Amino acid sequence: MIENALGIPILSILILIPLLGAGALFFFPSGQKEAIRSTAFGVALFNFVISLILLFYFDSSTYKMQFVEKAAWIPGIGVEYFLGMDGISLLLVLLTTFTSAIAILASWSAIDERVKEYMIHLMILEAGMIGVFVALDMILFFVFWEIGLIPMFFLIGVWGGPRKLYANIKFFLYTLFGSVFMLVGILALYYAHGSATGEYTFNLLKLYEVAYPYNLQWWVFLTFFLGFAIKVPVFPFHTWLPDAHVEAPTAGSVILAAVLLKMGTYGFVRFNLPLLADASRAFTPFILVLAVIGIVYGAFLAMAQKDIKKLVAYSSVSHLGAVMAGLFALNQQGIDGGVLQMINHGVSTGGLFLVIGMIYERRHTRLISDFGGIARVMPVYSALVLIIVFSSIGLPGTNGFVGEILILMGLFKTSVTAAVFAATGVILGAAYMLWMTQRVIFGKITRRENLVLKDINAREVLVLLPIIGLILWIGIYPKHFLSLSAASTARIAEIVERNAPKVERAPHAAEAARHAEPHETVHAEAHGGTH
Amino acid sequence: MTGLTGFPILSTIAFLPALGALVIILFYKKDWIDLIKWTALGTSVATFAVSLYLPLTFDMADPGLQWVEKTVWIERFGISYYMGVDGISLLLVLLTTFMTIICILASWREINTKLKGYMALFLLTETFSLGIFMAMDLFLFYVFWEAVLIPMVFIIGIWGGARKFYSAIKFFIFTFAGSLFMLLGILAVYFYHGKVTGVYTFDSTILSLAPVAPAVQFWVFIAFFLGFAVKVPMFPLHTWLPDAHTDAPTAGSIVLAAVLLKLGTYAFVRFTLPMLPNASMLFAPLMIGVSLFAIIYGALVTIAQKDIKKLIAYSSVSHMGFVMLGIFVFNIEGLKGSVLQMLNHGISTGALFLLVGMIYERTHTRTIGDYTGLFKELPVYGVFFLIVVLSSMGLPTTNGFVGELFILIGAFKAHWVYAVFVAFGVLLGAVYLIWLFQRVFLGNFHYAGGHGLKDLGLREIIETAPLIILIFWIGLYPKPFLNVMDASLTKLVEQVETNYRKGNGEVIPPQASLGAAVVERKVE
Repeated sequence: MIENALGIPILSILILIPLLGAGALFFFPSGQKEAIRSTAFGVALFNFVISLILLFYFDSSTYKMQFVEKAAWIPGIGVEYFLGMDGISLLLVLLTTFTSAIAILASWSAIDERVKEYMIHLMILEAGMIGVFVALDMILFFVFWEIGLIPMFFLIGVWGGPRKLYANIKFFLYTLFGSVFMLVGILALYYAHGSATGEYTFNLLKLYEVAYPYNLQWWVFLTFFLGFAIKVPVFPFHTWLPDAHVEAPTAGSVILAAVLLKMGTYGFVRFNLPLLADASRAFTPFILVLAVIGIVYGAFLAMAQKDIKKLVAYSSVSHLGAVMAGLFALNQQGIDGGVLQMINHGVSTGGLFLVIGMIYERRHTRLISDFGGIARVMPVYSALVLIIVFSSIGLPGTNGFVGEILILMGLFKTSVTAAVFAATGVILGAAYMLWMTQRVIFGKITRRENLVLKDINAREVLVLLPIIGLILWIGIYPKHFLSLSAASTARIAEIVERNAPKVERAPHAAEAARHAEPHETVHAEAHGGTH
Repeated sequence: MTGLTGFPILSTIAFLPALGALVIILFYKKDWIDLIKWTALGTSVATFAVSLYLPLTFDMADPGLQWVEKTVWIERFGISYYMGVDGISLLLVLLTTFMTIICILASWREINTKLKGYMALFLLTETFSLGIFMAMDLFLFYVFWEAVLIPMVFIIGIWGGARKFYSAIKFFIFTFAGSLFMLLGILAVYFYHGKVTGVYTFDSTILSLAPVAPAVQFWVFIAFFLGFAVKVPMFPLHTWLPDAHTDAPTAGSIVLAAVLLKLGTYAFVRFTLPMLPNASMLFAPLMIGVSLFAIIYGALVTIAQKDIKKLIAYSSVSHMGFVMLGIFVFNIEGLKGSVLQMLNHGISTGALFLLVGMIYERTHTRTIGDYTGLFKELPVYGVFFLIVVLSSMGLPTTNGFVGELFILIGAFKAHWVYAVFVAFGVLLGAVYLIWLFQRVFLGNFHYAGGHGLKDLGLREIIETAPLIILIFWIGLYPKPFLNVMDASLTKLVEQVETNYRKGNGEVIPPQASLGAAVVERKVE
């Protein structure tokens, strides 16, 4: 059953293209590295173009699921093949297809060993991630959620750095641990929905309709929290992340930071907030505390790092803490900010890992102390790095600023204390990033090896340009992006904030449009009360 | 007396391998190696081909037995030659005929001595296993049940590894002792049912209609349990399994894991549940507790293993714990999961033993650490091994996930605490399997034997590929497999419930849902 303006199962196609690409790559002779790289890039680019089509047919005035596809899958327990997307999914799917193409470019010369297998894993990973963002059946969601594990296992375990085997098993077991208990939580909902309505189903939209008893919500929240928080990662579940990042090859880090981590925060928005609204409210203080600890602690840890890649990895703990704080502000600005910051973090951290990869290819070291004064020999590189760093610390004019301001505004309404701490985290974030930049880029060249460094070539500039473009685009005119998800975030905020009755109602198109303006959202409380 | 066609299709399938064995034993000379191999392979392929007739003509709406054959065998004692297959046994029959082909292919180069006897015994194992899955007369069932022991003991004892005699004897004593108790149980049901109703019969269909008194059920359950649980094997009766597996030749391990372990769980579903519903309910908490313990304990012991084959053997203890749990949570989801997981475990663990056999042929060692980083040298082998490992740990898109999901749902319906234990078991399963994979396949290539290793040849790929296809088929599109068992299991659940109430002394009016057969027999 397909319901969309296009009349074709476009979401399935988006998942299938990379899978078919992986299948096609399988038959390439391993020696033809250039052909393999070009094909992989071609497939990823093609998928990105296809995903852009969604933008034209997407109706941003409604929170309802679009491009829906539905078919029976496993009989007897009500598992369906059920795909669909709203504004939040749309943004994340676009981020996925975009970053996948970037990741392939990033690994062009960095990966020279077993290129074929590497590209196959990247393609499977892309399919899995898109699946996670569009699955509307909880079991199907779980399936895609787990699919991502295997290619990641290999990306770290085969192509990673010296301690890869340790990092790998840690990553695998951590994530599996979380997801297995999430599965138990899913079953609890399934069973509760079945006993309440007589219909046993994993259909998310149907599961939304029932108000679950608080006790159940509390436990299910806990299991979902474990599954998602490990992926995010929320403090104190973050310890796998630096290991995995440091050992992963550049493109692996890009995918990990840009998209994989978003699967966790996406899970919170899509499942915890609307499904378990009461428990979400109850857990808010707890999660805000963890989020703020994550922001501050992550920033301190990042500051102490000597390795640039590890520094950026710990900065993810800090940034995703901010995303979590935004989501659990439980109001529209916060959620808007959280969703936008997922995209921003994907773009800027992906960019940071790319530039680190570029310098690593030249010097084969990532220690901050090995650099200094790079700007003198690599002016173009340094300029682009600066823009990405500015985006990461949220300087006005860049995307990070918009996201952070929305999060802080949302947070301020919920808890002033949390907002103050979060703001401190942002300042600390500025400190470690700027300090790192200063030590690497500016000053005198202290080492002879750095004197002969070549500036980045045209291909590398080409890789970075789309990222720079996005940073400025979102930073200067965020409305394009915010308006896509506004209706969905408004709906989620409405459910979780006021415990709205769980019945279908006409979408508030006009209101959604107003919400799209970040300046207007300050007054959301006022007209929110008219419901 | 058969189905519509009048052709005894089940007996044909069951005894075709025995015919092949007979030809090999009687007419072939010892040194006709190639002819023996090809005859054995031809027989097993023919058997599989004929058995494919079953799914093609299977009526999925009919919950009862199909292609029934029934002739009086020993009239005085109410023993008949009664064969039938329904949705519960159909998949297991196909698993048996299918895995036998794989086994014979796996023995192609491994077995060099006394090939004639080996192939004959293997085909006999197939016949007896099929007999167990088809026999609906308890006496006939018992005959096949004991018969299957003999070829298996010889296969381990003659063609086995280092401690083959010890392992063969241990296997024999454990299972034989168990089945003696089972015989006692069968006789108890027979006499008690005869005394109460006046009908002395071993016909399990009739015995399942009027269960014996709960007090009798109690003892019969224990007797059946001793017989079936050894075969499963259920903790604490599992200690024969690692030895038997470690010392059996590759094909022996495959058939042991894929087919023989299913005999016990199958018997629980087929006989214990409908014939002893009250005792089953009574013992359920204990059975569930032991199953949960086996899941966790089996997994923990597995983690500590250093021999790859022993590791897989212990993992069976954990995996069969899942199956037992699914049976004793008494709901349709759990039962479906169990039957599907029997099939899945046969495929995945069979494939694991097959793959371990392949590396053993090359290196003559199975100790973890004797070789590492195989992925670089043997990429095809590595991919196959990975897929099978993922299937065994139940990762989505593989068969194991669907089976475990059903069992998990069934367990959750019974009590959420069970589901938490199952989740822990799944997690531990992932630990030992992914750790095994990592230690053997990732890292830098190192092999103590020095020289390089060759990747899989064409024969080995052909052996493994069908199992890989099945893993993904069931994982991605389980519908046909679930549909096959749906009607029979639904009826079984109803029957267990009705019999439970009958056992408690309630008078049950004949129900339409139980089919006309019930009413007819009551009139008799």
